[in-house]
Amino acid sequence: MVFTQQEIEESIRMFRSQKLDIRTITMGISLRDCASDSGETARRRIYDKICRLAEKLVVSGEAISLEYGIPIINKRISVTPVAMIAEASGEKNYTAFAKTLDAAAKTVGVNFLGGFSALVQKGYTTGDRALIRSIPQALAETDRVCASVNVGSTSAGINMDAVRQMGFVVKALAHRTADTGGLGCAKLVIFANAVEDNPFMAGAFHGVGEPECVINVGLSGPGVIKSALESVRGESFDVVAETIKKTAFKITRMGELVAREASRRLGVPFGIIDLSLAPTPAVGDSVARIFQELGLEYVGAPGSTAALALLNDAVKKGGIMASSHVGGLSGAFIPVTEDEGMVEAVQAGALSLEKLEAMTCVCSVGLDMIALPGDTPAATISGLIADEAAIGVTNHKTTAVRLIPVPGKKVGEWVEFGGLLGGGPIMAVSRFSSLDFINRGGRIPAPVHSFKN
Amino acid sequence: MDAIVTVVGKDQVGIIAGVTQELSHAGINILTISQTILDEYFTMIMKVDLGGMILARQELNARLETAGMRLGVQITLIHEEVLNAMHRI
Repeated sequence: MVFTQQEIEESIRMFRSQKLDIRTITMGISLRDCASDSGETARRRIYDKICRLAEKLVVSGEAISLEYGIPIINKRISVTPVAMIAEASGEKNYTAFAKTLDAAAKTVGVNFLGGFSALVQKGYTTGDRALIRSIPQALAETDRVCASVNVGSTSAGINMDAVRQMGFVVKALAHRTADTGGLGCAKLVIFANAVEDNPFMAGAFHGVGEPECVINVGLSGPGVIKSALESVRGESFDVVAETIKKTAFKITRMGELVAREASRRLGVPFGIIDLSLAPTPAVGDSVARIFQELGLEYVGAPGSTAALALLNDAVKKGGIMASSHVGGLSGAFIPVTEDEGMVEAVQAGALSLEKLEAMTCVCSVGLDMIALPGDTPAATISGLIADEAAIGVTNHKTTAVRLIPVPGKKVGEWVEFGGLLGGGPIMAVSRFSSLDFINRGGRIPAPVHSFKN
Repeated sequence: MDAIVTVVGKDQVGIIAGVTQELSHAGINILTISQTILDEYFTMIMKVDLGGMILARQELNARLETAGMRLGVQITLIHEEVLNAMHRI
C-alpha cells in the first residue's frame, strides 16, 4: 500500500469529524472593460460578463467536491472595485450597479459577490465619493453584494476624511437594515492595506493588478488545528509551532489540488491559496477553542496575543511551504459572532473590545463581526476604525473593521444574524468621546520606514 | 483514476464479500487489498481503479453507505490525489 493506515485515517478524520473544508472558491473577474458613459450600458456589460465567465463556477465546484470527496462550502465572485467602473457613467448614486451585481450573483448561483468597493487611502475621486455615499442604500436593497473601502495604507497613510465618513456610513447602514439587527453592516469591511486577491468575504475585491479572470481558493480548518494540538498537550511551544506548521502544510496542499483542478475545468488561471483559520458558528469550527487548547482558560486571558501571534505565524509558514502562490490574508481570523468560542469568552467576561484590538496587531484581519450598542456615536466607530487602520499602516499588515451597531440594543443583549454570520452579545464600547479628534479630518501621514525601535 | 477505500467496523462474516460485490457491480477494479483485525475491529484498505466505473459518483456513495449500514462498517472512499497532496512532498 502506498499510504500508511495512519495517513489515510488522518485525512479521513480531517474531513469527517474535524470540519476541514474548502471555504470558498472565489472567481475574480475584471470589469475594467465594462465602463461606459452610459450607466445602463455599463450595467448590461457587467451583468453579461459575470454571467458568461462564472456560468460554470457553481457546477464545477460541486463536481470537484463530489469527485474528490472534499467539501466545498461556498462559490463566490470578486470584481474590480466598482467605483472605478461606475465612475465614467457620471451617475451620482451607484445603487443600480449594486442591484446589477446582485442579479448576476443570483443568476450564476453564488452566495456572495464582493467588490462594491472604493480605494481612498490617499484621497477620493468623484466615483469613490458616489460609491461610498451609495453604500447604505446599495447594501440595504441587495442581498448578496459585499462592499469594502480602503482608508489607509503603509505608503499613503490614513485618509481621516474617509475614516470620519465611514463612521456615518456604518451607522446609516445599520439604521437602514434595523429590522435584521443591522445585518447590512456584516457586508461592509473598512480596510487598511487591503489585499487585491483576498477570496474571503465580505472584503473580497478583484484588484487592478489582477488578470482578466482568476481562481482564488480560501481554505479553513480551525477544527483540524485544534485536533492536532490535542495530541501535543503539555508540550513546549516549539512542538506546538511545529505541529501547527505541519498541519497547515497538509491542509494547504489539499487546497492547491482543488484550486488547480477548478482552474483547469473552468479554463481560468489559478491565482492564490488563502489558508486562513476562518471559524463558523458550528461547534468544532472555532478559532477560540484553539486558544483554550493552548492552555488559556478563555480567549482574551493574558497570553492571548502571544498565542495568536504564534498561531498566525505557524499557519503562514506551513502554508507558504505547501504552495508557491499563497496570498490573500492567510492567517487566523478572530470574528466574534461567527465563532461560538469567542461568543462564550465574551459572555464569561474574558474578552473585551480592547483586548480584541490588541490581538489584531498580530492576527490577519481586525475587529471583525463585533456587535456594538445601537447608540454608539458615529465618531466612536470612526475612532475604532482609525485605531485599527493605524495598527495596519504602522505594522505593514492588513487590518479591517466590520462593526455592527445594532439598532435598539444595549450591552449584554443578544443579536442573531443567522447562518454563517452567527450571533452574539452586544459588546461594551468606550463611553468617552472621540468627536473632536475625528472632526479634524485630513490625512495622517505615512509612517517612517526606518528607525524602527 | 485511483482511489483508496477504507472499511472499518466490528468484525463479522461477509464484510469483504459485501464490499467487493458493491465495487464489482459498480465496475470498479480492485488493485490491492490489505486487511487486519485489531481487537475484534475489522480494518481493510483497498486501492481501486475508478477508470471503468459505470455509476455516477453520487450513486456509488449512496450504495456504499447502504452497504456499510447493512454490514455494520464505515466505508470511505478517498481520492488518491488528495492523499498524495497531503502526505507526499
